[in-house]
Order: sequence, then C-alpha cells, then structure tokens
Amino acid sequence: MTDLVVQRPEGLYCPPGDFFIDPWRPVERAVITHAHADHSRRGHGRYLAAAPAEGVLRTRLGEIDLQTLPYGETIDHQGVRVSFHPAGHVLGSAQVRLEHAGRVWVASGDYYLAGDHDDAREDNATCAPFEPVRCHCFITESTFGLPIYRWQPQAELFAAIDAWWRGNAEAGRASLVMGYSFGKAQRILKGVDRSIGPIFVHGAVEPLNRAYRAAGIDIPETPVATEVKDKALFKGALIVAPPSVQGSTWTRRFGDYSDAFASGWMQLRGARRRRSVDRGFVLSDHADWPGLQRAIRATGAERVIVTHGYEAVMVRWLTEQGLEAGAFATEYGDNDDDENPHRSPLPPAGEGEQGAP
Amino acid sequence: MKRFAQLYGELDATTATSAKVDALKRYFAAAAPQDAAWAVYFLAGGKPRQVVPSGVLWAVACREAGIPEWLFDASYQAVGDFSETVAHVLPPARHESDLGLAVWIEERLLTLRGLAPEEQAERVASYWDELDSAGRFLLNKLIGGSFRVGVSKLLVQRALAEGASVDAKLVAQRMMGYTDGRVAPSPERYIQLTASAEAGPLDIGQPYPFFLAHQLDVPLEDFGSKLASPEEWIVEWKYDGIRAQIVKRASQVWIWSRGEELVTERFPEIVAAISPLANGTVLDGEVVVWKDGKVAPFNLLQQRIGRKTLTKKVLADAPVGFIAYDILELGGVDLRDKPQGERRTLLEQVVAEGASALHLSPIETRPSWQSFAALREEARGRGVEGFMLKHRRARYGTGRRKQDDLAGGTWWKWKIDPLSVDCVLVYAQAGHGRRASVYTDYTFAVWNRTPRDADEAAAVVEAIAKKEAPAPDALQLVAFAKAYSGLTDEEFKVVDRTIRRDTLEKFGPVRSVRPSLVFELGFEGINRSTRHKSGIAVRFPRMLRMRDDKPLHEADTMQSLEALLALQHGASVG
Repeated sequence: MTDLVVQRPEGLYCPPGDFFIDPWRPVERAVITHAHADHSRRGHGRYLAAAPAEGVLRTRLGEIDLQTLPYGETIDHQGVRVSFHPAGHVLGSAQVRLEHAGRVWVASGDYYLAGDHDDAREDNATCAPFEPVRCHCFITESTFGLPIYRWQPQAELFAAIDAWWRGNAEAGRASLVMGYSFGKAQRILKGVDRSIGPIFVHGAVEPLNRAYRAAGIDIPETPVATEVKDKALFKGALIVAPPSVQGSTWTRRFGDYSDAFASGWMQLRGARRRRSVDRGFVLSDHADWPGLQRAIRATGAERVIVTHGYEAVMVRWLTEQGLEAGAFATEYGDNDDDENPHRSPLPPAGEGEQGAP
Repeated sequence: MKRFAQLYGELDATTATSAKVDALKRYFAAAAPQDAAWAVYFLAGGKPRQVVPSGVLWAVACREAGIPEWLFDASYQAVGDFSETVAHVLPPARHESDLGLAVWIEERLLTLRGLAPEEQAERVASYWDELDSAGRFLLNKLIGGSFRVGVSKLLVQRALAEGASVDAKLVAQRMMGYTDGRVAPSPERYIQLTASAEAGPLDIGQPYPFFLAHQLDVPLEDFGSKLASPEEWIVEWKYDGIRAQIVKRASQVWIWSRGEELVTERFPEIVAAISPLANGTVLDGEVVVWKDGKVAPFNLLQQRIGRKTLTKKVLADAPVGFIAYDILELGGVDLRDKPQGERRTLLEQVVAEGASALHLSPIETRPSWQSFAALREEARGRGVEGFMLKHRRARYGTGRRKQDDLAGGTWWKWKIDPLSVDCVLVYAQAGHGRRASVYTDYTFAVWNRTPRDADEAAAVVEAIAKKEAPAPDALQLVAFAKAYSGLTDEEFKVVDRTIRRDTLEKFGPVRSVRPSLVFELGFEGINRSTRHKSGIAVRFPRMLRMRDDKPLHEADTMQSLEALLALQHGASVG
C-alpha cells in the first residue's frame, strides 16, 4: 500500500488525490496549511485552504484561484476526503486531514500548543486553538524539537513585556518590539496592557491587522508610525514592527527608545546576545518540546514523519518511544531569521520576511 | 540567591555602563553584608574550584529531565553552555527558596565537595527543585566554577565606592586579592572594603591595582601631532614575561601576578633580590627568565611556571629575574599620584639597592619618533614585543582606563606587527555564549609544499572531499593552528554560511569543511612543539583578515612557517 503523502521535488504530494500540500514549486493543485510565505507561495493553479485563512491569504498573495473550506468540513477529491483542523499557529492555520481507503493521515503544517497538559490560558488568543486529530500517520513540524524549548506561561510573558514597556514609558522612552508582521505582531498587540500608553505599528503590520479584525479578532486600532507627524507622541509608546527595521533609518523617528525582539529563539542567551537588542521575549507561534510530544501522543498515530526543524533528534526520540518515525526534507522555515539554526546555508532568494518562529 | 539572580539578569540584559552601576548599587544597598561579601567575590571574578564533577552534574541533569544522554548532548550543542542547558531541560520547580547567597554558598555549595557522587546528585537535584530557570542557571555556574558576568572589577569598585561615598581607588586597593581564594569572603571583609580612608588597606601584603596599557593604533606620521615630542615620553622595551607587583613590608616580600594571584613561592630568586630593600616599597614590573645577561624567550618561563616543585635543575635551567619599571610606594608612602618622571628617578635609586636578580628597565632615547620606529625593528631580535610609551607627567592610574587625549595619562603599547601566514580553513566548530550555534572556531592548515598550480591544489581538495587518504609524499594540507577571533560578526556570518554549505563530515561538534577559504592568520610567536602534529605551535593566533583575493594554491606552506621559526629562533640566540 502506497503512502498517502510522499516527497516530491515540488513539495509534499498526495498520490491518490493528485495534489500537493504547501508546495514550494508551482503546481496545478495546492492545499495550503497557512499563509506564511514559505508555506503559501505564488504561482499555483488552484488553492484550497481553511476558510479563516482567506483574508490573510489574499492580503499576502493577491488575486489567486482560491477555494475555502470551514474547519471540520470535508471535501471529496478523487476518493480522498480532505478536511482542515485548527493548528493554533496563526489566523487560518490548519492541519490537513486526508482519508483514503480506510487510512487517515494528518499533515500538521506549523502548529502551536505549549506545555505538557491542556490549559486554555496557554492557547493562542488570535486564532482557533490547536485541535488534535486522530490518525494513523502524523506529519509533524519540529522547529523547536529540543527539550530546551519550554515556553513560560503567557501571563508571565506578557507581564514582562508590560513591565518593560511601562518602565520605558516612565523614563520617557519609546518601546520598539520586533516580531513577524503576520502572527507574532498580532499576538503582541492582543496580549499587551493597552492602558500603558499609545501603540503604533509598522506599515507591514497594518494590512494583516485589518485581516484579523475582519475575522473578528480583537486587535487594537493602531496608527501606522510613518503617518504620525508629532514625534512627541512616541514617548512612552509601544511600536510593533517586523525584525527588518532593526538598525534602519526607520527607527530614527522614535528618538530615545529601547528595543526588544519577540521570538521562540530568544529562549537562548546566546541568541539574545547575538540579536543585540535590549530585551528578548520568548514568544513563539510554534509548539514547544512538551507541546510537540503532547500533540503527537494525542493523534494516537503509530507512525510519525518529522519535517522542518530538528528532524534527526525527533526521529531518534520518537523511535525510542516505540513509534515508527521517519523524516521528510522540506523547504519550509527558510526565513531570514538569523537566529534560526534550521536556516538554509545560503540566503533565501525572494521575499525578505517569511515564516514566523 | 533570588536577589543575586535578579542582579545577574539585570547586568546581563544591558550593555550600558550606567545601568550596570545602578543595578549594582541597588543590590549592594539592599543586600545583607554576608551575601554582598560573596556577591563582590563572584562579580569581581572570584571562582571557587568546581565542587561537583561535570560527569555527576551531567548524569543527574539527564535523570531529572527524563531524557537520554544523547538528547541532552544534542541540546547542549544548540545552547553552547552546560549550565544554561541544564536550566532549560529541567521540569518546572516544585518548591521555592528564599535563602541568601551566603547560605547557598557556605552551607549548600562548598559542603558538596568531597561527598560521594550519589549524595552530590541527590542534593543538587533537590536544589534545582527550589529554583526558577534564572536561579538554576546561576547555581550551575557557581557549582561548576564558571560564573562570568559582563561587569569589570572597576565597575564593581565604582558601585561600592559611590554607594559608600569613599574613593574608588581605595576600594580598588582593598579589593586586591579579595578573590584569590586564600580567605573566604566574610561580612567583616566586605564592610572593610568601603570603610573610611583612615582604615587603610585590608591586610599588610596588599598590592595596588595594576595600571594597564592600551594598544597604540596611530600611524607613525601622526605621532607628532597626537603624542607631541618624544622628549615628553619615557620609552622602554615591552617584555614578554609575567606582569607582577612586588610588595616589601614588615620585613616580608609578596609577589602578586596581574591576575591578583599571590605567586611569591614560585620565584625565590626575586624574593632574595627584594629582601635588601627598605620596608614600605612596592615595585611594578615583569618577571622574566634571565639567562646570560638577557631575557630568554617566553616559553622557557612558561615551562618553569608549569613545574610544581622547584628543583635545583629547574632553578639552573630557567632562573628568573624581575625587570622593574615603576615604583608605587616608598617609605610606606603611596606614590601613584606623583608624575611618571619623578617615580622613575626614585625607582632608579631603589633598584640600585636590590640584589642581582632585580633589573632596571632601560630607557631608550631617540631624537624623533621616526628613529624610534627604526629602533623598534630590532624588537624581534631582542626578544621583546615592541615599545611601551609612558608620559613623563602621568600619574599611575587604575585598571584599563582610556582617555581621548593620547598624551594624557595612558600607557601605550607600541607593538611590532605580528608574524603572519595565509592559510586554509579545514575544520570548524560552533562557539560558545553569544556564538553558540554559529561556526566561529576554526582550524587552519598550510600546504606541505608549494602546489605546482591551481589544478594540483584542486585535485587535493577533490581527494579530501572523497575522503581519500593522501600518499605520504603527496601534496597535502597540514593543520597547524586554531583561531576564533579577529572577524566581525558580519564576516563570521558569511563564513558560517560557507561552512554549512561545504561541510564534508561531522565529528560531534566539529565539521570538516571542503577547503576553499583563505585567511591571513597573525600570531605573536612560533616554536617547535612535540605536542602538535605539525610539529609547530604558534602563540596568540588570530585572524587578521579574509583573503578572498587569494586562490587556494597560493596559500602558504610549511616552509613559510619554517622560515618564520628560523627568523625568531635566530633572533632569540642572536
């Protein structure tokens, strides 16, 4: 019996359904897990994605031939039943469930859940939380697939961000926090204490905020920093921007400011120091180690295929746990984040800001 | 412990000096003296020896985290720091502790030493279970004897002095030897650090803080405008020995190394030479091996330091002497605020009274900086590193303090250019700390002979890529040195990418790399060595620059190294 998903040069391929999942080269039919650039590229014939992803997908890819499906609803394609289930990663992110001839496979895409037990306080508040799906074979990401990655409680994390912002505001400084404009920026905006001071965003963040608001997510209305004429307004403000602004002339308008970087990679002291920012906040849109293990267990899968991240470590660990484990080589997580040890050896071509660790 | 961990976090989170001093002042103002005593010890660089063997810590960390050793090892490779790895892999703590730093150190840490490994493991595991991630990280650093933090001793002294409104120089002097491990930090000693001026130094043999020199990076043509006339300067040779201060008080002699270690017993010749001097005398200078009326190469001194017992043979083979270049105290009076020129005159009088192993650092005089530059060319032949420049009116400062005005109170090192060769990167390893997960530590090779042409070199690279062992006489690359400094972060990034792309094999943390990158490697000295496969050891190797312009087959050879060896060797006998 052939596998329901195999590796092809174009990406992960479903032979009975004749479609690809998050392909990195142009194909006729692409099933998309989420709208980050390394998973949803331009140039495919037709796109299928979860319904809540429509806004962000169109914001990022413009005019595409897109069909959507609400979470949990199925569509039949050449005998393969396809459905989407929340992955908790970003707005509209989904795991893809494939059922064919009595076998069920799930491709996770990127997903977020934290800690070794379910706790609603640790859910990603900007999208539907991760839902485990029972399957025979689970294709999992492994971005943070090492036991050194355990996320602290979100309440503690946001209290730390608030305390930093408040301290800067009291000293008359602006607070510039950098994180990916899709996903990370919205979690920051949603999680901080809005009473501390005004909030401004970078121009790359605002279109995505609009897509989130349109999907009913409570993201504060925030002016774009470049449209602010009175620079005195930045004193005591929080500014949310993508990492590419670090050290650029764009930041000059803020005068005296403290900077911070929000990423799961900030867990490590070395990575924080390399970033040379005042603060590193450990805020990730990916599962931590206990989260990965919990997600895998919850699927009940006997076979696990590990992709993008610490594949070798996870495969060995899962094998020792008695599972049948293997790896797929993918071209995801190919982003411009210097702290990402999974980065490809050569600088990625094309888009500057991709992925969202 | 919590407060100290918090202080550590604050110091680690900022690079601003003022923020660091403020954090230190807040800590000292609030801390109990017994805790502050230990805090000063650690912040100023004190390191108790490792109390629990690494192997024990490693095993108990795996057990408590519930992970196999290989997984801990993979984690360690990503983190690049053992203490931090442990802090991250452990499950959250089940208890809390509010014990002070002194109790942690005196009752919990130091008592671990010598216990059975099982008992050590049990205790360490229970300690971890009382601390958060920051506390665990710190505890592990303290247990392992590897605590480091981004503050200089000077900043600690400044914070203490400002907090207590006493002179920082006085605090600095009282702190000399505070971390040498002979006496445990105590609340009494801590309180004395900031006592009023009348209280004097802490103990009778205490030296003064060393005044450190700076590298002079000015082109010769600018010497005149930046430094003014050579007449204003005292110019001496810069010796490659061990910087030391000699204290003669109460009919006793103490010898302190720059690392604030008491090394008196190691140099009986110097003790004998200083004994005739009057009480209340402190000299600054260099310990060197002195043979046949001149300074011997540094490696001879290094061999002597390596010896535990000073046999007659060792004393005969490598007799030491002290080259004095400054006097800090005479007749019990602190001379540090007197001008360099006046101190020099006093020094000359005093040295004349010492015995034969005490030498005066000679002063060179030349009419112009140009003629000094010409004289400096002789440095290698004289077995010295270049010149030291000291302004005649300058006082003796504290630590490494730089002034924008070049003619101010700074001591300048005017060193000769390093020896250098162009060599090829063949192995790479990820660094530690802020360089964790970035390939920054490299092994370099030279050719065993000059390649005929680019094709011959390319064939060797192909053979290496195919893991073919070279024939004994064939052209090959010979590894001879490791280096990890000299490149900018941007350059490291570029090299890191190439290494990831061109990796041939992985041996644990080390990668063999397809040879393609040529670097100019600089070093201070070169010697024969039986411990290195190449038969050659270089001193202080560092990367001077990337040589993108240089094709692989034009990299240097073993013969180039032999030539440098002959140059230096010929120099040290001649």
